[in-house]
Amino acid sequence: MIRTGIIGLGKMGISHCAILGAHPDVKLVAVCDSSSLVIDAFKKHTRFQCFTDYRKMITEMDLDAIVIASPTKFHTEMVHYALDRSLHVFCEKPFVLKAEDAEVLAEKAEKKKLVNQVGYHNRFLGTFNEVKILLQMNVLGELYHFSGESYGPVVLREKGSTWRSQKGQGGGCLYDYASHTIDLIHFLLDKPMDVSGTQLKRIYSNDVEDAVYSSIILQNGLSGQLSVNWSDETHRKMNTQITILGKKGKIIADATEVKIFLKEANELLDLPKGWTIKYLTELTPNVDYYLRGEEYSSQIDHFIKCINNSETNNKSSFRSASYTDQLISKLITDSK
Amino acid sequence: MERVLFGDNQFFGVNHSSDEKARAQTIRFQEDDAIMAVLDSAIDEGINTFMCTTHDRIGEICNRIRGNDKYKDFKLYPCMPYAHKYANAVTELGYLGTIKQFVPGNIFSTFAKGGLAFMKKDFNELARLMIDAEMKMFKGINTPVIWVQNVITDLLLGLGMTDFLVTFYRHIKEKYQAEPGFITMNLPLLLDSLEKAGIENPTVCASINKIGFRMSGGIKKYEEVIAQKRCRLVAMQVLAAGAVPPKEAFEYVCSLEGVESILFGASSRANIHQSKSIIESCSVLVHG
Repeated sequence: MIRTGIIGLGKMGISHCAILGAHPDVKLVAVCDSSSLVIDAFKKHTRFQCFTDYRKMITEMDLDAIVIASPTKFHTEMVHYALDRSLHVFCEKPFVLKAEDAEVLAEKAEKKKLVNQVGYHNRFLGTFNEVKILLQMNVLGELYHFSGESYGPVVLREKGSTWRSQKGQGGGCLYDYASHTIDLIHFLLDKPMDVSGTQLKRIYSNDVEDAVYSSIILQNGLSGQLSVNWSDETHRKMNTQITILGKKGKIIADATEVKIFLKEANELLDLPKGWTIKYLTELTPNVDYYLRGEEYSSQIDHFIKCINNSETNNKSSFRSASYTDQLISKLITDSK
Repeated sequence: MERVLFGDNQFFGVNHSSDEKARAQTIRFQEDDAIMAVLDSAIDEGINTFMCTTHDRIGEICNRIRGNDKYKDFKLYPCMPYAHKYANAVTELGYLGTIKQFVPGNIFSTFAKGGLAFMKKDFNELARLMIDAEMKMFKGINTPVIWVQNVITDLLLGLGMTDFLVTFYRHIKEKYQAEPGFITMNLPLLLDSLEKAGIENPTVCASINKIGFRMSGGIKKYEEVIAQKRCRLVAMQVLAAGAVPPKEAFEYVCSLEGVESILFGASSRANIHQSKSIIESCSVLVHG
């Protein structure tokens, strides 16, 4: 049993808490949050040890692993502290605010051979994994363009009062939404290296951007577009979609389906000429405990599996997340 | 509960296999008249129970049904809460801001019920007040079963906060004289937890389909638990988001003796008719 603690009981922290609480290989022993409202609820209604100081929790609870789901501006200090005490770390996205810190942390975790993961859950979706396989099989031939998009209804009015609406704390559509889209582009295509024509638009927020539009160039030379908007109420919930165009056809994928168009049939993969649609129902393996989506349980399963078996390569390491942080810095610089 | 229950996902752009289809449905059901027309078709086909989320638009549907003789035998099964409303509020306003927005009255005034509960950090009382707020739109409507949505049921299960599920259970029985229902994606875990908390033979709605989609722990485990008849069971996601053809899908679920009712949604009279007839013919075969 892996003795685990959680820092931060916001939306993601609580969700991780339930998933870890139901996990057969995990003993979730402690939680930590600075809000007395939340901690009192946990004290009264759960079996977990409750803390308001994460250092105290780590010192007293003899943990093997920690999940960090606090506001982004605290990640660097907390991850350092946990790695120094030799804990395996799962950290929520985006990883850190200063790209240089991300590299230092990745190096530290690698040197100490500690499992390190960032919560980019799209990497655990059946549909996007199918796209990755199709691309590895070169189903689209030479690629010439991509488009990564995320839309959803987060900020729809001119108010708001949490850290997500404050500048410099990891709030804003760029950190909260676009980080997912950038990471997905990296996962499926290649490392994003450079940006141009970036526009960070404020729609309802005073302090942060509500939309991000930019052109991105990847390490392999492929270029494409990023279009992200968290003030779009035509979407019921966050929807991330990637479109990839190649000389032999096109793929459009989101969390629920993969649409493949081929100019000619691909016999090796048994794909006909024209359109093929694959749904998540055929691409998603069952999980032992379900909350909000299989991918949230799968990414925690993967973290635990990496701890139990040191041979397993992590699918969403600090190192890979550091490239997303670097690109976010470039987007900010380019927009000025 | 009737054998066939009518669902509402199609009206609000919820589609588990395609976001594109979901959007097309949102456009089609933009006006309340379009929803009412489909409900009328369902009633004509002999379906008298509508299981619906506490979405703002259901309030409007309630206004049309309330006091109308045409709907005097029509029952609504509310499912609360409409979770995205709260999830988005937590992102935008934080926990405190969300409680302020959704608990009726001034939470900082101890003269208000919500304020007193908040000051005393009485989370069970806050939960009861939020249930009451969700139930407001159903005043004067026949709601014999009232459900808690899977995202809340399953969250509380994972956190080990089963006492809130008990609070829900008791409050629905006492205040609304209705049967409390639990929607879940984790049927085996839910039954174990509820029984431990002293709730026997609960009313439960779970994803049950031939391909094991959203049946956590696997289809085998589910079939075992269903056969034990430890709950009054409603099967949902029977078509597995369209992955199983209707006949095959309904045949499978009708063959499970522990399933009391079947929930499905449809947008056209033809589909409603087809689904209901298949369920009825399969049910006769199995249950005589």
